Order: sequence, then structure tokens, then C-alpha cells
Amino acid sequence: MSTASTRPLPGSLGELASRNVAPPPSSSEPCKIEAKHLDFYYGQKRALEDISVQIRPHLVTAFIGPSGCGKSTFLRTINRMNDIIPGTRVDGQVLIDNANIYGPGVDVVQLRRRVGMVFQKSNPFPKSIFENVSYGLRINGMVSSKSELAGQVEESLRQAALWDEVKDRLHESALALSGGQQQRLCIARALAVRPDILLMDEPASALDPIATQRIEELAYDLKKKYTVVIVTHNMQQAARVSDYTAFFWLGRLVEYDRTDKIFTNPTEKLTEDYVTGRFG
Amino acid sequence: MRRFEFVIERGLFLCALLSVATTVGIIAVLAVETAAFLREVPIVDFLFGTEWTPLFSTPRFGVLPLVVGTTLVSLIAMLVALPMGLLSAIYLSEYANSSVRRVLKPVLELLAGVPTVVYGYFALLFVTPLLQQVFPNLAGFNALGPGIVMGVMILPLVSSLSEDAMRAVPIGLREGSYALGATRMQTSLRVVVPAAFSGITAAFILAISRAIGETMIVAIAAGQQPRLTWDPTVPIETMTAYIVQVSLGDTPQGTLEYRTIFAVGMLLFLGTFGLNLVSAWLRQRYREEYS
Amino acid sequence: MRRSLDVAFQALSLLVLLLALAALAALIVDVVSDGAGRLSWDFINGYPSRRASQAGIFPALAGSIFVILLTALLALPIGVAAAIYLEEYGRRNFVSRAIEINITNLAAVPSIIYGLLGLGVFVRLMGMGRSVIAGAATLALLALPVVILSTREALRAVPGSIREGSYALGATKWQTIWHQVLPVATPGILTGLILSLSRAIGETAPLITMGALTYVSFAPDSIWSSFTVLPIQIFNWVSRPQRDFHANAAAGILLLMALLLTMNGLAIWLRDRYQKRLAG
Repeated sequence: MSTASTRPLPGSLGELASRNVAPPPSSSEPCKIEAKHLDFYYGQKRALEDISVQIRPHLVTAFIGPSGCGKSTFLRTINRMNDIIPGTRVDGQVLIDNANIYGPGVDVVQLRRRVGMVFQKSNPFPKSIFENVSYGLRINGMVSSKSELAGQVEESLRQAALWDEVKDRLHESALALSGGQQQRLCIARALAVRPDILLMDEPASALDPIATQRIEELAYDLKKKYTVVIVTHNMQQAARVSDYTAFFWLGRLVEYDRTDKIFTNPTEKLTEDYVTGRFG
Repeated sequence: MRRFEFVIERGLFLCALLSVATTVGIIAVLAVETAAFLREVPIVDFLFGTEWTPLFSTPRFGVLPLVVGTTLVSLIAMLVALPMGLLSAIYLSEYANSSVRRVLKPVLELLAGVPTVVYGYFALLFVTPLLQQVFPNLAGFNALGPGIVMGVMILPLVSSLSEDAMRAVPIGLREGSYALGATRMQTSLRVVVPAAFSGITAAFILAISRAIGETMIVAIAAGQQPRLTWDPTVPIETMTAYIVQVSLGDTPQGTLEYRTIFAVGMLLFLGTFGLNLVSAWLRQRYREEYS
Repeated sequence: MRRSLDVAFQALSLLVLLLALAALAALIVDVVSDGAGRLSWDFINGYPSRRASQAGIFPALAGSIFVILLTALLALPIGVAAAIYLEEYGRRNFVSRAIEINITNLAAVPSIIYGLLGLGVFVRLMGMGRSVIAGAATLALLALPVVILSTREALRAVPGSIREGSYALGATKWQTIWHQVLPVATPGILTGLILSLSRAIGETAPLITMGALTYVSFAPDSIWSSFTVLPIQIFNWVSRPQRDFHANAAAGILLLMALLLTMNGLAIWLRDRYQKRLAG
């Protein structure tokens, strides 16, 4: 059955992963996000092939793999962000809480409120810090008074661990913040609309190590309230932060398992080659 | 919410459709009045007649004098604009360094920004008297003065479009030529200009279309005497100036005389429209060649 | 020998370029010398008269300003709406392509044809008569292609990341456009509008054709009033044989150029502020 060696992988990666032991899967807990034989096409080109995976709630799940393997593409199918790109096509199903989000009559706008996203390059709106966070609340009609709005904004900024740094300058431009602060602002903005799921597409790849660490701590904390899926090309980050890891390669899902197992004792040789740095 | 979005999209679409409505409107207005005109004047008389006197007691409706007048002025304008425009473009594209270009180009664009009524003033009151020092038999109203001024006005258009076409030519072609020991002049004239040929031709055709449709310079300085002649020293009348002449007068609506401006307008529209189409097609071709 | 030919050619090209600029200089000097003496407050505030030295330009000036303001009021919303549709909604279908080609064609139609259109449709068919509003509608159609083209450029310059960030929060397309895209694109849109209006203010032929008067002794007092504009007044004066009226024409030209310079200066100032704003 197993073609890889069974001894634990040497080095800190294995140790990192071992520290982060996910709870054993329980069959009574419904999976939050599920893909069933998902194919994805950019025009004629197939970018994802037969993806099937079950992502559990209140955990951090990492998608890893080399550039171009489809991990970001798959992430973006979960909130249907790929719909914006003309010429894309989906075969198969993606279910959230057991409902197919690609089914007929699905309200994409509501979906995107429930499934928040943070992008690789932080993209705060060229407005004030306050307006960035309040935007989602206002357009979704989620607050009915100014004081309620201010309260929600503060709450979101606290959850993103940014409140203390910006509470005195809420009405200054968001573009004046540092890179790391901008990214936490984007997280606050996403959390403001009370999603169940938070998708993070390489959120720290453009940040310095200290800012990166804060984002990772945040991702880890957020799983208490949300289901977090994080795409990363940084394996140490995946080992540090996630409970489950999915390894993608050339549009296919190669292996999906608890993080400690993927990094210490993977089943597939391809996975082992990747996590030990033999390629990618 | 869905409803609102749908209504907005429809509303925006209708605004975009207005441009189509404009074209339809132009064609409809011209066609209706021209049809009414042609019911009274045989089309052969209109297109090939050599006398244009619609406002006389014995009216004649041969449009050739207007067409020739337009053509004469445009020809003179092109003799000025095309070579000078192309040479300017060559200078800006192949010789000038970027700081020179940054100064000269906007100033050249200023020429295109001057209202045509100002050019008309210049043509009548400065250029024609100046020319009369050289050609004493030049009449006060003539085709030469406004033709030259129109050429200067259109020059920036030729220059800027030709320059775009030449800048699109890959630098590799130029380098190949220089590597063989060619001078800049030889490279420009024998490599770059031929390579940019479709784009430059498109520019030329657009310039002709602009000249044909130009009104105020000729209305002020070329005269109001429709005359079938190629002599640039005498007063003539162009198609556009005729429309202005009638519009200024008290010709009552619904009369044959009134309809003549639409018939002439239709001719003008068809001519410029055809030229614009050819120019656009050529521009599309040169874009495809180098993308 | 070839080298000297090359130098001669370069000199010739430069000479030709400078000749064109010399023509511009001659024009400016000619107009200033003819008209500067005539320019005065009495001239600007006065009314036309049979006596050249007593003639004033106020009705034409008021007419120009009135017509241009109305033209802006008509062209801006319709042009922006059309541009939004073409740029954000109908990117790839056949109808949009047809509309785009149509707009490009309309931009090259001689302005006098628009006058005939205005005469047939606004003055007669819709019964507006030879009024300010009919003139403004005619000029608005003339200005529309340029407004649409420059608005599209301004919309295109808005980074896609801003749109993505908005969609990811559960915003609809229109919410994204209204709250995020348009505010960022506004300076560019206004610059385009002002530039197209500065062309419109110099237009003579379409307004003469649709029935603006050439001798008007009153300033327009309502949108249904008959009117004249600066370039038509200039045309009227330059067409008279008396030299004194030519001086008036020159003075009118100076006034028109001053208006143009102001508008273009405003457009450039707006564009500069726009660059600074996006830089954060």
C-alpha cells in the first residue's frame, strides 16, 4: 500500500507538523466544504481534474503545491470568484453545508458574503480605514444605525488584531498603512460581514517575516469561530498553521490528510518528494 | 435587489444604444429629405450637372461645382498636410530624443486645438493678403489661402497618426537596417515607412476625410460662388460652405431649396463615411501585423 | 555624401515641423495685434451694434456659457452610463462590438452633419425650435463619442484588485461600480468631459445649421430661447467688409481662446490631482 518510507521525515518540518496535531476525524461532524469530482476549465484548458475533498469546520486547512498546480484556482471555486473571469467552466460539484454552490438558483452575492476571501496582494479600497471595514456591512444592509456600524467595525478590527494600532486614526487613508497592517485590514473587512468560511490566498507572501508571523497567528486564532482555508507555497507556514493539508500537483489532488502525517509520513511518493524539497 | 440590478443594466444599455440611434438618426434625416429632393430633381441632373444655382429664379441643381470646390481646397490642404505631416512624424519618431519630443508634440497638438473659425479669420485676413503680395491676381476669396491654412490645421493629425504607425514598427527592423550601415534617412524612408504603410495610409485617408468635412475655414475665406473650376485663385464654394450659406438665410423649411442642404449633406456624409471605413480597416490591419 | 544627405534630411524634417509651429505663432501674433486693442470690459459686457466701435459680445458670451453648461448636463450622465455598460457589462458580445465600432465612426463624422441631425430631429421633429436646448442636445451628441472613449479609459485604469475585493465581500456589480470604481475614475472622467467641452465651445457649423442666430441683441433667458455663441459672433463680424468689425472679431477670438485655455488648464490641474491621489 505505502510506497514511501515509514520513518518520520528528518528536520524541523516534521517537528513543526507534529506540534500541530489535528483532532481525529469524527463521522458525526458534518464537513463544511466538499468538492465532488470537480473539473475546472479556463476556456479549453483544464486547470483542475477530478478534485474530491472534504474540508472540516473550525480547522485550518492548507493547500500546498508548486506554482501553477491549481491550488489558488480551487480556492477561488469555493466562493465562485472565478465567475468573474470570462470563459471559465465548472464540471462537478462544490458543496458548502451540503448544498451545491454551483447549482441552479444559487445567489452568488450571498455566497460571497458567507465565504470571505483575503488576497495575495492586499487590496484595501482607496478610502479610510473605517470605510474599508464598514463597506461590506453597508452594502449588505447588515446594520441599521451609526452606532451599530461603529461597534461592528471595532469588533472586526479587534478580531483582526488591528484595533489598537488604528483606533485613533480610523478616518485616515487605508493606503497609508504598512503592508502587514493593510492585510490585517483586509481580514477585518472580510470578517465584518460575518462569514462562516475564510479563504486566504497566500496572504503573507508579500510581507516581511514579522508581519507574516502575525498573520499566521491570526489564522490560527480565527479557526475558533471560522473555517479557514489557506493557500501557501511556504511549507513551513503550512506545517506551523494548519490542521489538515492538501497537496496539489498539475491540477490534481495528490494527497489530503492531517498535517502532521503529510509532513512526517506521507502516503504518496510525490508528496514526500515535494515536502522534502526534491522539487517545486 | 436582483430587479434593481437588472433595471440598472438595461438603463446603461439604452444609453450605449443611443450612439446607434444617433447614426440611425443621421441616416434617416438625410435620407428622408434627400428622397424628397430627388423626387423633384433627377439624380443624374444632381450628380452630373455643372451648374449649381438653387436660389436663383431659374434654379439649377448640378452639384459638381460644389464637389469640385471641395476637392480643390482639400487637394491643396493635402499637398501641405501630407508631406509636412509625414516628415514631422519621421522627425519625431526617428530622430528626436525624448525631451525634444515631450516639448514639440504638445505644441503641435495645440494646432489641432484651435477652433476652425479662428483659422478662417487667419486665412481671410492674414494668409490671403500675404499671398496677394506674391500672386497679385489672387482674389480676396479663393481656394489657395484656406487650402493652405486647412493643411496646417490637419498637419498634427497626419503627424500623430503616422507617428503611432511608425512607433509600432518593431525596433528589430530598424536595428537590422542600421547594422547593414544604412543612415537614419535610408532606414526611415526605406524600412520604417514601408513597414508602417497601412497605418500611414490610414492616417492620410482620415486627413482627407477631415478636409472634406471642414466648414468654417472655407465658409469665411473661400467664397460663396459655386464655380466649376480648378483655378485656386478665384472664389469658389464648397459643399460645407453652401450648407452654411443656406442656413444663414431665410429659406423657408419644406421647400426644395431647403432640401438641397440635406442632399448635399448626404453626399458629404457618404463620402466621409466611406473614407473613414477604409481608414479604420487599414488601421485594423496594421495593428494585426504588429501585435 | 550619404552622411550629408542624412543631415540635410534631418534638417528638412525639423524645418517642416518648425514651420508648422511658426504658422501657429503667426496666427497668435496676428490675432493679438488685431484684437488686443479692442478688448475691454465694455466690449465684454456690451451688446451688438451697427457701429463696430460700440459693439459688444455679451449675448454671445452668455450664450456660449449657457449652451456649454447644458451640453455638459446632457453629455455627462449619458456618456458615463454608456461607457460603464461597454466597459463593465457587455465586454464580449456582438452587440457591444457593434456599438463600439459605431462610436468610433461617429467620432469622425463632420460636425456640420450633426447640425443637420439637430435640425431634423431636435428643432423640427421634436419641436424644440431653434432654442438653447436644441443646440445643447446637438452639441451633446457631438461630444458623446469623446466622453465615452475617455470615460472608458478612466474605468480601465481602475485596478482590478479593487473590483475583486468588493465582489469578495458580497457586493453586486452595480454596488461595486457605484461605490468603488466610479469614485476612483471620477477625476479621469471629468478631465475627459472638460476636454470634449473645450472642443464643443469652439464649434460653429453645427449650431449655425440647426438655427442659432448670427445677430442677437439679448442674452438667452431660458432653455427655449433663441441664442448665439462666441464663434458664431466671430464669424458674423469677420464676414463683414468693414475693418472695424474685423478688430471686434479678433477681440472675440482672444476671449474664446482665453476660455479655452482656462478649460484646458482646469483639465490638466484635475489630471495632476488625480495622479497624486492614487499614489496614496
